[in-house]
Amino acid sequence: MTSTDQTRFPAGGVSAPPAGLRPAARPSARRAQTRRKWYEIVGLTTPALVVYVTFVLVPMGFAFYYSLFRWRGVGPPTEYVGFKNYVLAFQDPIFLDALRNNAIVVFGSLLIQGPIALGVALLLNRRFRGRSTFRLLAFVPYVLAEVTVGIMWKLILTGDGTVDVLLRAVGLGGFVQAWLADLDVVIWTLLFVLTWKYVGFAIILLLAGLSNVPDELTEAAAIDGASWWQIQRHITLPLLGPTIRIWMFLSMIGSLQVFDVVWVTSVPAVRSLGASATMATYMVDNGFFARLWGYGNAVAVILFVISFVAALLFQRFLLRRDIEGAITRRAN
Amino acid sequence: MAMKRRAGAVLALLMTSALVAAGCSGGGDDEAADTGSELYKNPVTLTWWHNASQDGPGKTYWEKVAKDFSTAHPTVKIEIEAIETNQLQRTRLPAALLSNDPPDIFQAWGGGEMREQVEADYLKDITEQVKGEVADIGSASEIWQVNGKQYGLPFRMGIEGVWYNKDMFAKAGITAPPTTFDELNAAVAKLKATNVIPIALGAGDKWPAAHWWYNFALRACSVDTLKKATTDRNFDDPCFVKAGQDLKAFIDTKPFQNNFIATPGQNDPTSANGLLANGKAAMELMGDWNRGTLDTVATDKAKLAKFLGWFPVPAISGSAGDPKAALGGGDGFACAKQAPAECVEFLKYIVSPEVQKGYAATGTGLPVAKGAADGVTDPALKSILTATSDATYVQLWLDTAYGSTVGNAMNDAIVAIFAGNGSPEKVVAAMKAAASK
Repeated sequence: MTSTDQTRFPAGGVSAPPAGLRPAARPSARRAQTRRKWYEIVGLTTPALVVYVTFVLVPMGFAFYYSLFRWRGVGPPTEYVGFKNYVLAFQDPIFLDALRNNAIVVFGSLLIQGPIALGVALLLNRRFRGRSTFRLLAFVPYVLAEVTVGIMWKLILTGDGTVDVLLRAVGLGGFVQAWLADLDVVIWTLLFVLTWKYVGFAIILLLAGLSNVPDELTEAAAIDGASWWQIQRHITLPLLGPTIRIWMFLSMIGSLQVFDVVWVTSVPAVRSLGASATMATYMVDNGFFARLWGYGNAVAVILFVISFVAALLFQRFLLRRDIEGAITRRAN
Repeated sequence: MAMKRRAGAVLALLMTSALVAAGCSGGGDDEAADTGSELYKNPVTLTWWHNASQDGPGKTYWEKVAKDFSTAHPTVKIEIEAIETNQLQRTRLPAALLSNDPPDIFQAWGGGEMREQVEADYLKDITEQVKGEVADIGSASEIWQVNGKQYGLPFRMGIEGVWYNKDMFAKAGITAPPTTFDELNAAVAKLKATNVIPIALGAGDKWPAAHWWYNFALRACSVDTLKKATTDRNFDDPCFVKAGQDLKAFIDTKPFQNNFIATPGQNDPTSANGLLANGKAAMELMGDWNRGTLDTVATDKAKLAKFLGWFPVPAISGSAGDPKAALGGGDGFACAKQAPAECVEFLKYIVSPEVQKGYAATGTGLPVAKGAADGVTDPALKSILTATSDATYVQLWLDTAYGSTVGNAMNDAIVAIFAGNGSPEKVVAAMKAAASK
């Protein structure tokens, strides 16, 4: 993303004009200024760039390279197979299950977390006693470590566990399911756990967005006789648009790559049957556990391409107005 | 940035593992590597990776073994890293072996994986140095051989069988442990009548379920067919389909607890181990290490010790397989190719009768060295020792024998049978497909 800034200083810009054609003082001063700017740019971006290239771009390149080999991770890769690993992935019904599960998590998160977070944020934005306590509580699940959340829910949802006992105690025994064992139920169970875990993040983001809505607007509307609902609908919501879109973007990317909670909460058998696999868990199961390193890298590349394309499309069509200032306009 | 992080995860992991490996063994073993001619002359540091990562008698015992060895040979310093099995076997070790700085001595499970490691020239050929130990250990050491050469030595070896609750058997009116599957089915019916779970199954971890199929294959296939399958990856014999059919028929008798597909195998109270250890289930199919793992999840260890019994996997009358054949496996250690000569000495020390006796006393598994058997006091473990020496043929766990790729595909397809959406034919098809993947 820094590259757009750098285009302001094309490489040719630093080459000095022929001496004697212009008054001596001004060009050299400008040159010194240009050089100083370059030192700044190089000095400030180099550390970040080095880290970025070493730990992001180079591994990505390697991942793609390895994905073209039939490689078990023993000895250097030698058996070049072209794009066979990619074809194999899309022929594997379990990988297609994983794709479907990712889609469920992406859309499920948006459709469930969005309205809940909006409602809770609007509520918590009103003044009442203990508001900060409630704000804190809403955010607690998000602060918990993924593995902690996974183990916790695994214990709660286990057969005859807390949930089952509670349901039976209140006479809803008929609703008891094999939450983590029933192959048709488990992905929805996981969606619930993920929602519980991440809705706090949406709430806190929207609360921050709400604090940016100027009081003057709502006050003016109130004076003009608008009801609370009308104010929310016609003033708050539109002004919250950028925040909602950014949250949608983050939620989508996170959902495509979801790993930890799914890995910990669901057991290997249920994952291997496709019922609770996501692209990321499928990658680890096949790459490390089946020792198909070339194939695992191919899955990693597919996951990257899907996330990347989704991110680009989202930016192009939904985020364009919001990030216009930050990315496309030239700072002076 | 976040989106790109996952894409490079495999590699990032690989790189960090390599870094960690480098960090752990940078103690000076590099210079020592070429001084093998003179043992114990120069100071060396051996890095030792094993899987006794949970606090307990196993982990403590290895610490003592390392300390004792260093005391006897002051030039040798041993740095231990205990790593959970899956991490060790699937990520840390492969990554470290790819780097230039693997641990000197590390856990080795033998079979197909070791064959791959030897082909990649990772392991030290120790055939000459350990002739005496191999003679003492006997046929079990063959699992750590590739093409007739020895690359590692086992410290634990045992066969699989059914662990059971004697009290529940008595209550259900079962007078003697079943010796055939017909008797086992009858026992299951009797146990159901007393309202207990007949057999606990940790299918959630896949392999505990797959082991039932292995045993049906062991009963359905002749020893020759099994040997050929291991060396040639040839699964054409119809006995492999028969194994799945027998398994399906057995599952249909509903001998397992509810939701077994999500039940973990061991290590937590809700696992299959927990069901047996805490008196909720009557039986569990598991290896010899189970004595120790049952203890870790039991709420009343004394009670467990009282009711726990063991019997070999029952035979199937009229089948092609050898009724006295058994499935088994073990744990061993191997030395990296460039490890100093002291590594082999330490390996020999680990399998020496003296150390093996102490190992047996920890109750975490059965020793392999002759003469260490006296260290075994537990009655259940003693019956395994007898059964092991009675076994006419010990087949290594099929997933280990066939290597991770075929093994994983096989286990997945078997789990699908348990889940009700697989088939006996699909297991064989998956194994064949994985062999070419």
